[in-house]
Amino acid sequence: MNTLNAYLIIGISVLFIVGIKLLASPKTARAGNLVAAAGMLIALLTLHNTNGEYVWSHWSLNYTLVAAGILIGLAIGAVGAYSVKMTAMPQMVALFNGLGGGAAALVAGLGFTHGESSTTFIAASMLFATLIGSLSLSGSIVAYMKLEGKLDKPQTFPGQNILNGIILLVILGLCGYLAFNTTGELSMRAFIGMFVLSLFFGMAMVMPIGGADMPVVISLLNSFTGLAVAADGFAIGNNAMVVAGTLVGASGTLLTLLMCKAMNRPVTNVLFGAFGSGGSTKKAGAAGVAGTVKAIQADEVALLLAYAQQVVVVPGYGMAVAQAQHAVKELVDELTRRGVEVRFAIHPVAGRMPGHMNVLLAEANVPYDLLCEMDAVNPTMERVDVCLVIGANDVVNPAAREEKSSPIYGMPIIEADHAKMVVVLKRSMAAGFAGIENHLFYKDNTRMLFGDAKASLNALVTNIKAS
Amino acid sequence: MDANVLFIFVLAIFVGIEVISKVPSMLHTPLMSGTNAIHGIILFGGILALVEATSPLEMGLGFLAVICGSANVFGGFMVTDRMLQMFKKKKQ
Repeated sequence: MNTLNAYLIIGISVLFIVGIKLLASPKTARAGNLVAAAGMLIALLTLHNTNGEYVWSHWSLNYTLVAAGILIGLAIGAVGAYSVKMTAMPQMVALFNGLGGGAAALVAGLGFTHGESSTTFIAASMLFATLIGSLSLSGSIVAYMKLEGKLDKPQTFPGQNILNGIILLVILGLCGYLAFNTTGELSMRAFIGMFVLSLFFGMAMVMPIGGADMPVVISLLNSFTGLAVAADGFAIGNNAMVVAGTLVGASGTLLTLLMCKAMNRPVTNVLFGAFGSGGSTKKAGAAGVAGTVKAIQADEVALLLAYAQQVVVVPGYGMAVAQAQHAVKELVDELTRRGVEVRFAIHPVAGRMPGHMNVLLAEANVPYDLLCEMDAVNPTMERVDVCLVIGANDVVNPAAREEKSSPIYGMPIIEADHAKMVVVLKRSMAAGFAGIENHLFYKDNTRMLFGDAKASLNALVTNIKAS
Repeated sequence: MDANVLFIFVLAIFVGIEVISKVPSMLHTPLMSGTNAIHGIILFGGILALVEATSPLEMGLGFLAVICGSANVFGGFMVTDRMLQMFKKKKQ
């Protein structure tokens, strides 16, 4: 590596690190993303190959293909990024992540079959990148389909974890063999077998996990892809790839753990346990519910809200599905005008991704100082006159506090039931994403406002304006 | 094996953990999306592989890798920017 190139890579690494750092505050986040993107652009324009030669100083058919490939990818990325609805954002991230994983596997595979594995360390790096990259690709596609609702039921069968364990052992066995036997007909066959099994393993790993846990899975696969990219960087001697991949691998792992912490579940439990076998949990939840469901009409809710002093809104995925964030904003404006103090209580895992609700509410221009974290709202809940639950379910379920047998027992929740009055906007009495009966709906101080969230909210605004 | 690379690797792990340890949960989605774009640097791996490809099969696979990597990096940054644009708007 020549000196200029080394300096460039230091500069690029700094841009990535500063970029991620700036992403940590709402005021600088957009700039942070642009800083990272600038780093990427500089890196692309100054790309050097393994021998330290400047890549763009040649031209051949292969370079034409490179240019064409970049343009096609750019078009796919732009169409995906600008056409996707804000509610479908998690799926889009999963797809882009899967493509990155696929690319990492292909790069490693090409290097390996091209005979570039000069040392065992390089061979091992390439095998690691192939395994993790292809696992990330197929896993991301399954996660995408689950979030799109094309595969909503967890797919489980007895002995699944054991079967997956055996597949993983076979993959690792093949990798062990290949690390020391990098050439020859047999090795090429073993390599293709390993590649296919890894793709299958990624699918088999995500298949049994319920849709509610997809954010954790996407975050984990994101960090996996980062590690695969870092391994590719090792293999082809590109330090920029090592730095970028490792940064993503480390931060993605931490993010995954933070999400699991918010749900009070160890990561192993998310990946191999509980929610996957949904059948038994449903029964356990339904048995202990006491009380009756009480419906309420929009005009009554409007009165409650108009004469309240403190209102807390708990948004959930239902709000996203109904595209109700703008209607929520309108309601909040109307209430604020009347002197009602309104806050939003955001559960860390509300929606299908952490921060999902914040993005949607930001889209509707809700000021972000109204958005409060769960821990800030819970201690004040007893003074709240009306808690308006819009399409949230599992994150306000008191079963997490009261019922030891419940699969969500121990998960921190927004204690909506401690408010003087709870109004739940909901389409029907169907169970939440986790498939558990919600005890909140049966409490004495709870009223249900059935119907489409957006229509209900519009009705509330009209009624409050009239009163 | 180059010990320097391992040195970079280990330091990058700690930096990666350090820079996001104080991110508020409201920014987790854009953060995940932003880091997702950064691993799109795999595009470079695709370019280097395709440039050196000799057989049609290698060229085809390298071409595919470049497309995937390019979609990852450009799409990733654009989708993140679109999300973050919304956080900025309300300062007006």
